[in-house]
Amino acid sequence: MHNNYVYIKIPSLSVNESFARAAVAAFCSSLNPTVNEITEIKTAVSEAVTNAVVHAYEDKIGEIEIQCRIKGRVVEIIVEDSGCGIADVEKAREPLFTTKPELERSGMGFSVMESFMDEVVVLSEKDVGTKVILRKKISEKKQKSLNDETAENSENEE
Amino acid sequence: MNIDFIETGQVLTIKLKGELDHHSADEARVLIDEKIKNERYNKLVIDLKGLDFIDSSGIGFVIGRYKVIRKRKGVIEIVNAGKKVRKILDMSGIGKIIKIK
Repeated sequence: MHNNYVYIKIPSLSVNESFARAAVAAFCSSLNPTVNEITEIKTAVSEAVTNAVVHAYEDKIGEIEIQCRIKGRVVEIIVEDSGCGIADVEKAREPLFTTKPELERSGMGFSVMESFMDEVVVLSEKDVGTKVILRKKISEKKQKSLNDETAENSENEE
Repeated sequence: MNIDFIETGQVLTIKLKGELDHHSADEARVLIDEKIKNERYNKLVIDLKGLDFIDSSGIGFVIGRYKVIRKRKGVIEIVNAGKKVRKILDMSGIGKIIKIK
């Protein structure tokens, strides 16, 4: 089977954050993910795209490119910007670290990505840009999947 | 993002509906801070019943309102968070400073 992919290019406007995560979630739906898996992917994508909007271009508007690929049961999402880059990636990934506390940034973005995805790779170069690679394996459907899903849905509605 | 305010004495309940991310948090912050600026609320109740999505920007927003109300010796409380939203709240450890019911 041919591996499926989609490329999305958006200006770094905050209004596009919800579009980006919804678009990636919709693309992943062909793998029949659980409600939980979809929420985790949406949240991780939201974190990566928000980082690009808030930090990469600061007050300017630049472009954010999102590549999404399905390889077998694995979803790979690359969020790339051509912004200022991250001075110290290791530091940026520390929980609660933020360079912008005055903007009410919680510093949890990378922690959320790490706990929701199987793999998070961050490549960054000063004044060149940042590339965040997120990978997650979508679980195989179990025999009882339909029942599980119904149970999960009703729990979510509580 | 949809915001409803309910006033009961000095308690302001803020009902958030939709998705709380960086974009909507920026809008909500302006509306809420404007609303509480000239009033004497001593308690903010953030009702998340209608919230379908939250990320770390939403957490930053809640902590921000906590700081605003604490400056005025008030308290803040989160109620009706669904399972998905609760997961992020728990991950952030926000429950250590804000009561989640």
